[in-house]
Amino acid sequence: MNVVIVGCGRVGGFLAGLLDSEGHRVSVVDIASTSPARAERAWFQHLPSTFKGETILGDGTDLEVLRQAGIERADALLALTEGDNRNLMAAQIAQKIFGVKQVIAKVNDPVRAQTYREMGINTFSRTTILGTLLHAMLQEDREVGEVLMRKALAHEAELVHEPVKAR
Amino acid sequence: MYFVVAGAGEVGFHLSQALLESGHEVTVIEADRRRANFVQERLGSIVMNAPADEGRAQMEAGCSRADALIAVTGDDAKNLVICQLAKIRCRTPRVIARVNNPKNEIVFKTLGIDETISSTRVLMNVIEQELPSGGFMPLMSLAGSANELIEAEIAIGTPPAGKNVGSLRLPSGALVGGIIRKGKLMHADDDTKLEVGDRVMVFSPTASEGEVRKALMG
Repeated sequence: MNVVIVGCGRVGGFLAGLLDSEGHRVSVVDIASTSPARAERAWFQHLPSTFKGETILGDGTDLEVLRQAGIERADALLALTEGDNRNLMAAQIAQKIFGVKQVIAKVNDPVRAQTYREMGINTFSRTTILGTLLHAMLQEDREVGEVLMRKALAHEAELVHEPVKAR
Repeated sequence: MYFVVAGAGEVGFHLSQALLESGHEVTVIEADRRRANFVQERLGSIVMNAPADEGRAQMEAGCSRADALIAVTGDDAKNLVICQLAKIRCRTPRVIARVNNPKNEIVFKTLGIDETISSTRVLMNVIEQELPSGGFMPLMSLAGSANELIEAEIAIGTPPAGKNVGSLRLPSGALVGGIIRKGKLMHADDDTKLEVGDRVMVFSPTASEGEVRKALMG
């Protein structure tokens, strides 16, 4: 699968590493810093050192930057920057202008998340997902809490405690 | 009329002031508390201190009864979402977005925001209007339709010079609305003869701009 990830924070870096280790073609876009003090590498610090995909410095809502990231042949785009609005704009560009099949945007405001989901943009809200998970863990809800946590901890162990295996 | 202005920066502040002076009702939404207070001291209690990109703030500001919402923050992605939320959740009949990066005009249109204002584009139009060789200028898009108003100056040696308006090879849907000749606006019908220096005002589907240019400029 060809995947474009916009926003390389903790979540973006984690997911990019995971997909890359599974053999997918991943390109990661993160905004160029205006401060010369911050080197390019700092913006992709959350990527594992074994990451083999592309890193592109630029605005993920800019058509040219997205083309550079290979959006025209992407099967999926994930918009994971810190800004809900940027994520929604990038996701809509991917879906409506480039016809990317699978588009997911991180939207932390539940109202915006729901509104755009109704419009056909796949959104998830960290607020509701994390809240629901914590609630399930407190209730010792095996179905949700345990399964999800086991999977998450396994990924975490793979990425954090051991270097990602190259394929 | 009732307007909601999203963002009380330089543009939002002066726009709200101008709308108030023309006798309209205005609410301006500003997320920054200090800026909101600043504007409130000058324009009165028309300021709402809230993030305009949140659905609840828009409801409270009365976007569902507003005649139009104008998003004028300095952040294009924010302006896009503000307009889309108002259109979808509040069914605001008219939404206008400020576009800071002119490249985003076409993006916004594709994503359902028909009316955009780009200060860069406006400035470019003004500058080009001063240029003697400019000649052809799309002046503005017409609200609520895919049409625009174009001004074109008839130059020496171009196909329309000395010909009748009726003989112009304009695309279907385009029509000549009038002519400015030596500073005077005059009516134009098919028999009006075009002179060099005439400024022809054409209403045209935006998509046919290229054909209008060809018909008037050669």
